[in-house]
Amino acid sequence: MKTINLIKLTAAGILTATLAMQAQAHRAWILPSSTVLSGDSPYVTFDAAISNTLFFPDHFAMNLDSVKAFGPNGEAVELLNPAKGKYRSTFDIQLKQEGTYKLATSGGGLRAIWEDEDGKRKMWPGRGQSAPDSDFATAVPKNANKLRVSRSYRRIETFVTLGAPTNEVFTPTNQGLEMVPLTHPNDLYAGEEATFKLLIDGKPAKGAKIEIIPDGVRYRDQQNEIKLTANEKGEFVVAWPTAGRYFLEAEYEDDQVAAPATKRSGSYAVTFEVLPM
Amino acid sequence: MKIPKRFLFASVLFTALTANANSKELALTINIPQLNVAEYHSPYLAVWVESEARKSTQIAIWYDVNMADNEGQEWLKDIRQWWRRGGRSLELPYDGLTSATKGPGSHQINIDLNADNLKALTPGNYKLRIEAAREVGGRELIELPLTLPLDTSILPISKSGKSELGEISLSLLNKEL
Repeated sequence: MKTINLIKLTAAGILTATLAMQAQAHRAWILPSSTVLSGDSPYVTFDAAISNTLFFPDHFAMNLDSVKAFGPNGEAVELLNPAKGKYRSTFDIQLKQEGTYKLATSGGGLRAIWEDEDGKRKMWPGRGQSAPDSDFATAVPKNANKLRVSRSYRRIETFVTLGAPTNEVFTPTNQGLEMVPLTHPNDLYAGEEATFKLLIDGKPAKGAKIEIIPDGVRYRDQQNEIKLTANEKGEFVVAWPTAGRYFLEAEYEDDQVAAPATKRSGSYAVTFEVLPM
Repeated sequence: MKIPKRFLFASVLFTALTANANSKELALTINIPQLNVAEYHSPYLAVWVESEARKSTQIAIWYDVNMADNEGQEWLKDIRQWWRRGGRSLELPYDGLTSATKGPGSHQINIDLNADNLKALTPGNYKLRIEAAREVGGRELIELPLTLPLDTSILPISKSGKSELGEISLSLLNKEL
């Protein structure tokens, strides 16, 4: 009797755990060792991973091929000592110039999902892959069953600053969902408010959904997420409850898109560090 | 904002009079406590005057000035509030502000209110902020009120830190006027 109960309990536990895992999407992040720096050409080392538990590498290492670093003047900065492990990738950059640096990986374009004659789900480009829009016509059958075409972009960023913060790296590319900070992301303090603006293809991303999760999820039972919605101007305000690292993720979707797509969507994620006052 | 001319005149006259009365220096005494820790480094320390609009006027910065390759500058950002309130915007070397770090004991900084940068401050309420950050240790920030033109009625004033700073006191420097 006891044994059966235990099995039942365990089964229920596993089921709950599985559901929870599914509900909680994997998060891709780039985590800097420091965000606020002083001194003579210091280095910052970064971890980059796709994990279930925030800032603990436990799933996949991020592919560094598409990770780029930009200096305060907007020019590319070399990634040093890049390495890909099982669960995380690492690299360094040297801050030779004063100001704010951006680390970013982005990608996207047309995407299609459909069913083939056997009712099997097809996808273009394949999962985790990318393909130029020009391949669409040849790669996706025109009258495919349950064909859905979207134009979607994703972007993952973080920022570090040597000396006084600068704003050149925030110039948007006007493609996909992007963030333009009104409060500098390397000037965030617990107990203060910060304002950010989201753009979709360069226009205010009105109604974008934002979720902010503090670091240390492994050591608590809840995500403690902060949920926000961007206003008419695409802006939102965050009141930082405590110092620490934060993961911010924003999603936007509408139908303002040219054919063959019927949906446009963008996702944006950024790692912040909030310092104590 | 419109101010009647006669008031303006009166306030200019008033400033002139008080400025004269303020040809004084302040003595800021900073006690750095002896700490019983395995690895001790003298703290980095910054002193600045901050206006209500958070504009900073630098008074002093103590850090590892003599390390090779300016390595001591790497930890300046750990004086966190100071770094934010002007440290990060200063041009190195911090002319006239910089000293080497100082160990446990009592240290005095003379603040000449007639120095150019302080003389330029508009009348109002300020904070004198003292922040210490120690390598492999903690950080502490202490503030003392300061009114300009100098309100001597609150002097001497002192406050005690709890961890990285001991007693901090501000008084008129005993000097013949």
